[in-house]
Amino acid sequence: MTDVKDKPDGVGFGRVIRKEDARFVRGKGSYIDDIVLPGMLHGAVLRSPYAHAKIISIDTSVAEKHPKVKAVITGALLETLNLAWIPSLSHDVIAVLATDKVRYQGQEVAFVIAEDRYSARDALELIEVDYEVLPAVVDAKRALDPGMVVIRDDIENKKDNYIFDWGSGDEAATEAVFEKADVIVEQDMLYPRVHPAPMETCGAIADMDPISGKLTIYCTTQAPHAHRTLYALVAGLPEHKLRVYSPDIGGGFGNKVGIYPGYVLSVVGSIITKRPVKWVEDRSENLMSTSFARDYHMKGKIASTRDGKILGLRVDVLADHGAFNNTAQPTKFPAGFFHVFSGSYDMEAAYCSVKGVYTNKAPGGVAYACSFRVTEAVYAVERMVDRLALELDMDPADLRMKNLLRPEQFPYTSPTGWEYDSGEYPRALQLAMDIAGYEDLRKEQAEKRANGELMGIGLSFFTETVGAGPKKHMDILGLGMADGCEVRVHPTGKAVVRLSVQTQGQGHETTFAQIVSEVTGIPVADVEVIHGDTDNTPFGLGTYGSRSTPVSGAAAAVASKRIVEKARLIASAMLECSPDDLEWTTGRWQVKGDPSAGKTIAEIALAAHANLELPEGVEGHLDASCVYDPPNLTFPFGAYICVVDVDPGTGKVKVRRFIAVDDCGPRINPMIVEGQVHGGLADGVGMALMESIPFDEDGNCLGGSFMDYLLPTSLECPSWETGETVTPSPHHPLGLKGVGESATVGSPPAVVNAVLDALKPFGVKHADMPLTPAQVWRAMQGRPMRTDLAIQ
Amino acid sequence: MQVNMLVNGVEVSDDIEPRLLLVHFLRENLRLTGTHWGCDTSNCGTCTVWMDGTPVKSCTVLAAMASGSEIMTVEGLATDGELDPVQQGFIEMHGLQCGFCTPGMMLSARWLLDHNPDPNEEQIREAISGQICRCTGYENIVRAVKWAAAHSQKSDTREEVGA
Ligand code: FES
Ligand code: FES
Repeated sequence: MTDVKDKPDGVGFGRVIRKEDARFVRGKGSYIDDIVLPGMLHGAVLRSPYAHAKIISIDTSVAEKHPKVKAVITGALLETLNLAWIPSLSHDVIAVLATDKVRYQGQEVAFVIAEDRYSARDALELIEVDYEVLPAVVDAKRALDPGMVVIRDDIENKKDNYIFDWGSGDEAATEAVFEKADVIVEQDMLYPRVHPAPMETCGAIADMDPISGKLTIYCTTQAPHAHRTLYALVAGLPEHKLRVYSPDIGGGFGNKVGIYPGYVLSVVGSIITKRPVKWVEDRSENLMSTSFARDYHMKGKIASTRDGKILGLRVDVLADHGAFNNTAQPTKFPAGFFHVFSGSYDMEAAYCSVKGVYTNKAPGGVAYACSFRVTEAVYAVERMVDRLALELDMDPADLRMKNLLRPEQFPYTSPTGWEYDSGEYPRALQLAMDIAGYEDLRKEQAEKRANGELMGIGLSFFTETVGAGPKKHMDILGLGMADGCEVRVHPTGKAVVRLSVQTQGQGHETTFAQIVSEVTGIPVADVEVIHGDTDNTPFGLGTYGSRSTPVSGAAAAVASKRIVEKARLIASAMLECSPDDLEWTTGRWQVKGDPSAGKTIAEIALAAHANLELPEGVEGHLDASCVYDPPNLTFPFGAYICVVDVDPGTGKVKVRRFIAVDDCGPRINPMIVEGQVHGGLADGVGMALMESIPFDEDGNCLGGSFMDYLLPTSLECPSWETGETVTPSPHHPLGLKGVGESATVGSPPAVVNAVLDALKPFGVKHADMPLTPAQVWRAMQGRPMRTDLAIQ
Repeated sequence: MQVNMLVNGVEVSDDIEPRLLLVHFLRENLRLTGTHWGCDTSNCGTCTVWMDGTPVKSCTVLAAMASGSEIMTVEGLATDGELDPVQQGFIEMHGLQCGFCTPGMMLSARWLLDHNPDPNEEQIREAISGQICRCTGYENIVRAVKWAAAHSQKSDTREEVGA
């Protein structure tokens, strides 16, 4: 029915410029800090200078006397409201404002509400806090040492810094494989703490109407509906009196999934002052206190035959979760989807274990385009495959080709129980190698090496796991992850589509219009997308983990198909024929064998609203909705090749080329897909080479500003070379898989593998990210450093 | 204290605190919210505007220092409602995603093209290297500037405001 060929221009999938750009290029976007409400006050957060300290006393009396200050909120006040602590999404609690202790540098201690932004900041200086400094737990590897100070003494009977142990796969079978293997390679590696650092920081405006009791929360949230329900559950606020409104968002990347203390404080502030309260964090607050990502210390072990057939893989992880277990992720597993770590390869057995510990660092853990730890999983397997290639003295491309899953193995059940939907892996790798000119690159490298020049070629092949998700894998505090969509065709044939998900730059206003258009034949220009406002959109859990297209996009497709089916019945009444006698061409039902007799979707929409006698059981109007409960996750994949040159004098890495072949199924809008891939590749270069948040022995965060936390600019990024293959997913109504996170997941190991390939003449087997000049230089001297600690 | 300046060709004057940053003056006092704010350390460039014809980071300029100057913000890029080729280029080549860095990027791009109408890729990358985009990986920004170069004509008003 929807298999429409030869669509007219302006209908359906294809390269279309974005609807949202018209306002953005004029400077007319409306981001959180652009919103001003009448009578609005400004909040600012006082933060802890210490990583670990007892709070002896807090004196706010001077601050309260500041002429512009309206209120000062402390943890003691929140305790009276039962809001000093709130539940995390990971069976823990987080402090909104510290009451007993501060547990990381930058933790929230007090909240000032004042007439203007500058005065609120001024008043922070007037608050006196008396701290008793405690030793800080900085090194995750020592968090469980006997006698180590206990961070979470708020938890009854807590005597250590242990959070959880979790494993997946068949440990005995994996060990048996290692017993018989010819070759075993082991490697320790760290995926260091990084931060999403969207260009817009997080913020909120809470506006409590004291008369109606309605609370509107304008907020930088990727998941407005989830936030509303959580506010209702946690604060006991009546859900029908809560409206969460997500305006334009200046980038999210996972940073804007969770509920931060600042949001809650704005709400409390508005209730107390009876005026709207805005809170927008500054960059240091963003980097030091909001959700980080990764921080996985991984021990990999891979087994193979002598000729390079991979037999098994084991990864044991020590996970640094910071001071609270607050990974904002919906999976039922404490390590998210890490157990897809067997990656894209056929192997007999695999096993992973993850141990979580508390440290005196900001909480978080999965933010930053990671599909819930798939990033770490892909890094682990792709580094291990390269380590194996080194050991076997085999070309890493040959080793991958030999072990990639073959098309006939799909749907494929992985050793840890995932059902991969579809894939043609060798084709994607071959295409990437063809674009790169792989053979020639290796020749060039050999020549360069002979001259003492350091050139490296790195590969990675990734399988993503997105579209969260089926109820068997995930929920958020018991809420399933189905997403709703409503499509309404107005009498004149123009449509409005309402979404549960929220764009942060992905271009939903365009791509969801294209989905509706693709199915209904209504031109993209005639479809308006409404999102971000819980009062005006159906329920759903939001945009993260590349789930919009796989879940909400599926809902939009199904709702649109329902429109077309309903239109068929109405057309049959209009044409006085049987529905079976009609056939669909783009945007029109026509009589089989008589194309001149037909009705366009606009004509049908008008009839559906007019006085036409409708067939029995058909209601008026032309609307449909769908709540889509995904039957499976989707598994986009790709093959990446990175070429680097390393300066032997300074250790500086130059990314010369990057080739990315992505398969995300059919592309709604190739221009937007490519743009997302580009952005993710830049992220990968950043993480692999630059982004770093180490801590000193006192727990001071050394990555708390853009002077220290370096993001890639136009000069560190090469001109990206992209390619595509298209393998539709059988588990999505339009075969779509999602792409937002693919490149962030897939690119870091390619860059690292390339740098280490360049350093091969030095006998370097591994060095942890970020591969800064200092780290590369040290690796060349045979002593790469730990990148999570400032003191070695 | 009193400040006066010409913002996008319009005379403005206001009584402000001496410490007020230009970025906040533009955004809050004048409600020109197309100029963004993204860091505390002059690294991100989302706050870029033109001051007397030169791009500056408006988070690093006091409004008082800008008194007597001519300022151009993203809201001043279009002429009589017609988009500057740079703006059109960003749309055509998908040079923006979340749009947060975009105003600053476009203002640097316009300045580059006014001084070098046919820049090569390296020159474009150099011109925007003081600004961070977290979404696009820069590729399509470079393409957008190239598109604009191919479709550019300097407008008279901008020459007056500019250098
Ligand atoms: S706000 Fe970051 S450079 Fe001005
Ligand atoms: S478009 Fe989002 S930061 Fe550049």
